[in-house]
Amino acid sequence: MAKLIGGLGTSHIPAIGGAIHKGLQQDPYWKPFFDGFPPAQRWLARAKPDVVVLFYNDHGLNFFLDKMPTFAVGAAPVYNNADEGWGIPTLPPFRGDQDLSWHVINTLIDNSFDVTTCQEMLVDHAITMPLKLFWPEGDCPVAIVPVCINTVQFPLPSAARVYAMGKAVGEAIKSWDSDKKVAVIGSGGLSHQLDGERAGFINKEFDTQFLDSLVSNPEWATQFSIHELVEKTGTQGIELLMWLAMRAALTAASPSVRKVHGNYYIPISNTATGLIVLEAA
Amino acid sequence: MTTSPPKIPGTTLFDGVQARKGYALNKMCFSFNSAENRAEFLKDEEGYMRKYGLNAEQAAAIRSRQVLALLAAGGNVYYLAKFAGIFGLDVQDIGAQQTGMTKPEFQAKLHAAAGR
Repeated sequence: MAKLIGGLGTSHIPAIGGAIHKGLQQDPYWKPFFDGFPPAQRWLARAKPDVVVLFYNDHGLNFFLDKMPTFAVGAAPVYNNADEGWGIPTLPPFRGDQDLSWHVINTLIDNSFDVTTCQEMLVDHAITMPLKLFWPEGDCPVAIVPVCINTVQFPLPSAARVYAMGKAVGEAIKSWDSDKKVAVIGSGGLSHQLDGERAGFINKEFDTQFLDSLVSNPEWATQFSIHELVEKTGTQGIELLMWLAMRAALTAASPSVRKVHGNYYIPISNTATGLIVLEAA
Repeated sequence: MTTSPPKIPGTTLFDGVQARKGYALNKMCFSFNSAENRAEFLKDEEGYMRKYGLNAEQAAAIRSRQVLALLAAGGNVYYLAKFAGIFGLDVQDIGAQQTGMTKPEFQAKLHAAAGR
């Protein structure tokens, strides 16, 4: 059976793409952010996953309001990046793993998560930035299975529902008849708000509690409603759902996790950025 | 019927009401993923807005370049960001604009959240 080796959480911000392109990693503005990544890169170089399942939210590249799935799973052989409107350099295509995609889809639907399946799927900075941050050199060495969670249009799935979905994804990985090593990634957050008079809202206290909870009390965030989470973390801070799904998946691998590394920095763009590396114990 | 929780100050949740109201505006902004469409908009803004069927409130909001007006007209920030991008505005620019601050003031507010 496949081995679920661990999980990573990271923020995704369009401007990261521009910073990488321009080589600004050691620029004073960017340094505290990029300096968080080498320990994560080293862990990945040692652990060597073959495939990653990425929980992310699309930002209006692949999905528009004409058809807006709550949960969508990629089942494509290749995922193309494309212009998101801001002139971020477009990255080369990423390899999919269709065997794992369909195993995840079958398992989720068996478990009453009636997902949308996508044999073609454009992937935006929420997929490309984590991969580029974790594997900065050369071609991306892992195949991917994207799992998109709607954060664009309310109502959003509850934190408890996202947790249960993430757990089912973890069980799918564990029951996959393959000798491959799999990691899970949560891409989004942490607290931030782009829109409205409340733009610029950041909640360090909540982020810190949330990051701590991921290590030892993974269900902690499921006590909150979506409305409460938006109030505590901002309209885009709700992207922490991606981290929650990632952590829930790990519960299928082991009863506890070991925190390998973490980083937290305010602000990049107008976001509190976070990074965590959790190894299945 | 479900009861609505209390409104979060300075925040409009993009729900079904907003999604219906803002469909044409958001559809136009979604089209700005394409460089060709961005160029076409810049060449003839009024013609481009007519093509997407924006109503008077939405067209006025686009002309004003004001994010709060665009949100009030049903805009969703994920799509509006593509409109802002045409003018080279980043999220700190639009944050400053919506909060009535200068960009350095807005940046100072963000840094204050870090406790330094």
